[in-house]
Amino acid sequence: MDLNFTDEQTGFRDEVRAFLDRELPPRLSEKVSRGKRLTKADYEEWHAILNARGWLGVTWPKEHGGTGWDAVRRHIFEEETTRAHAPRILPFGLAMLGPVLMKFGSDAQKSHYLPRILNGDDWWCQGYSEPGAGSDLANVQTTAERSGDHYIVNGQKTWTTLGQYANKIFCLVRTSREGKPQQGISFLLIDMDSPGIEVRPIVLIDGEPEVNEVWFTNVKVPVSNLVGEENRGWTYAKYLLTHERTNIAGVGYAQAGLTTLKRIAGEQMQGGAPLMSNPFFAAKVAQVEIDLMAMATTNLRTIAAASNGQAPGAESSMLKIKGTVIRQQINALARQAVGPYAAPFVSEALEDGSNVEPVGPDYALPASQAYFNNRKLSIYGGSNEVQRQIISKAILEL
Amino acid sequence: MDFKLTEERQMLQDGLRRYLAANVTPEGIRQTDENGTGLDTALWQGLTDMGLPGAMLPEEHGGFGGGGFDIMVVFEELGRAGAVTPLIETAVLAGGLLGEAGRTEEVGDIIDGRLVAFAHGEPASRYDLNRVQTRAERTGDGWHLTGRKAVVHHASAADTLVVSARTSGDADAEAGISLFLVPADAVQLRDYPVYGGGHAAEVALDCSVPAAALVAEEGKAFPMIERANARAAAAQCAEALGLMETIKSLTVDYLRQRRQFGQPIGKFQALQHRMADMLIEIEQARSAVINLCGHLASGAGERELHVSATKNLIGRVGKLVAEEAIQMHGGIGMTQEYALGHFAKRLTMVDHRFGDTDFHLERFIRLSAA
Repeated sequence: MDLNFTDEQTGFRDEVRAFLDRELPPRLSEKVSRGKRLTKADYEEWHAILNARGWLGVTWPKEHGGTGWDAVRRHIFEEETTRAHAPRILPFGLAMLGPVLMKFGSDAQKSHYLPRILNGDDWWCQGYSEPGAGSDLANVQTTAERSGDHYIVNGQKTWTTLGQYANKIFCLVRTSREGKPQQGISFLLIDMDSPGIEVRPIVLIDGEPEVNEVWFTNVKVPVSNLVGEENRGWTYAKYLLTHERTNIAGVGYAQAGLTTLKRIAGEQMQGGAPLMSNPFFAAKVAQVEIDLMAMATTNLRTIAAASNGQAPGAESSMLKIKGTVIRQQINALARQAVGPYAAPFVSEALEDGSNVEPVGPDYALPASQAYFNNRKLSIYGGSNEVQRQIISKAILEL
Repeated sequence: MDFKLTEERQMLQDGLRRYLAANVTPEGIRQTDENGTGLDTALWQGLTDMGLPGAMLPEEHGGFGGGGFDIMVVFEELGRAGAVTPLIETAVLAGGLLGEAGRTEEVGDIIDGRLVAFAHGEPASRYDLNRVQTRAERTGDGWHLTGRKAVVHHASAADTLVVSARTSGDADAEAGISLFLVPADAVQLRDYPVYGGGHAAEVALDCSVPAAALVAEEGKAFPMIERANARAAAAQCAEALGLMETIKSLTVDYLRQRRQFGQPIGKFQALQHRMADMLIEIEQARSAVINLCGHLASGAGERELHVSATKNLIGRVGKLVAEEAIQMHGGIGMTQEYALGHFAKRLTMVDHRFGDTDFHLERFIRLSAA
């Protein structure tokens, strides 16, 4: 047992810190730390800065322009960038589609799409969920019918995060109704500007327009956009999900959230003293901090166990549940901490360049917004109920 | 022992439930939020015509109700419908304070539907009722008020504010707090919508009012504020109960209808047990609201103990119900368009007025040891 990083790992951490000091634009870290909405251009700017340093494809091997980092280096990078309030690396092209193309894509697909993901030429979004296929993902109903050298796609996808910015979508589509539902699914790459695609925003309870419905009406997709083999898409979809679930614990986000929570509770006064000195409130903060310290080590144990490049299995389900619950508890405490100023619902004030004045202290508006928004954490990416099912089957063999 | 409603209250409940079912819609709530003041004037007129403000006030103050169970019946129905109204502000808070002060004319106006808001909380007061830093100084023929009031619900729709201000004492002294009637056009308002519907405002005061603006005896307002606050907390807890009942119905319906893995998700035992727990907690909430409403007329010690007990329990159960309902709905529960979001947000915000769960836990420990 040795809980310390090696010298080599510590050196890498210092290198990441120096890079962030030098290259992370204060304008972006300021927005992230103040809970402001990031624009498409903000994400693109940060991706380009990382790509220039060769640090955008954090989970990618070197042969495809990635970092080739092992799990520990990826963890150090993740921890340092979150601590520095860097924008997150959007997962759709980099963490989701990229690994699928590397493993199952044709040579033509790899050489065309992978560089475009790194260069920011394409903004991908995910076409998995449907109104009737949420937790039960295999129940995909969107159809792709073969017609010469094209597929004709009809149906509806939903919960498409940041689909309003995307020019490409990777989709699970039904190409056969023979056999089990999992057996007739294919994995298709589709241009968002194809005729017959309509994107409609879904506003969430916190007022954020971050997810969309995507409708397909007789959309023509070249057969060359099929990934792998027809009707084998379920295998690729599951492979993608194991990659989606790396860093699912969100330790860095939780640590950043805890720091903000303590700052808020240090400034808010109750009964003439800072809220943080109130034993009732302090006990709750301490409880979640203790849980987070243990979870950070559970996360490191999983990382250490995963050999280079290999995604963890059912352990990631444990991390997903514990990680999301801890983040939600921190969000709930921050909402509680701001007291009566949790009530104002002025989401325009989170917009960059908005001249709408915030209400109350600067940390109050993002606190409620984050609380309501992050109720999604335990729902998306396989709900926590589905994760428990995975644990009981795969680990407990019940 | 009798937990049944009187015949009059049963009639009030039935009539109000029918009226609200026909007149409160999610679409109407959304439009109201965007109309500038957050007030649904047609709904408010309808509720005034039904006598709701008067039902919140006792006969000796000009009303025709005012009992704890009048408050419970009315607010449970308002919660069940998800209605956004200024009834707490104008009738329970302002009306209660003005009634106790013998201001029968203003109380009569409130019973007729006039909107008066209560500007008490301040940017640094959080939930402490005694922490008042707004100041009122005597002038030749009246008072000059300076200070700031925070998150004053329904202020923009009101034509008058009841404002608390310190006429003597330190910032947190119970003695030395006075109440003043201030016309809304004499103050500066920064209006904004709030989570769960309706508007509130930050209020900046730098204005002179005549001597007659002083409500009740100078410096003696704190016990009145505490009494009005207890009734407002009871109203809000009853409203929370109604919100929970609707959230429960929406969630049970969803568990029956939503199919995943070839069956309704309500067939999964994991969700059945969580829904059963939610039901048990909502029954606890109902009992807590009954406890508080049944003790509003008790002496200050017993009354305030029940305020803290009920507010604590409602805060805990409200968080559980809102979070579990969203989780069991999945993605659809996260959307602004589906009805649940409004109810869940309104329920969540209950813990941000009149003291939160922790505030009342600590206060309960203190009061029960006394």
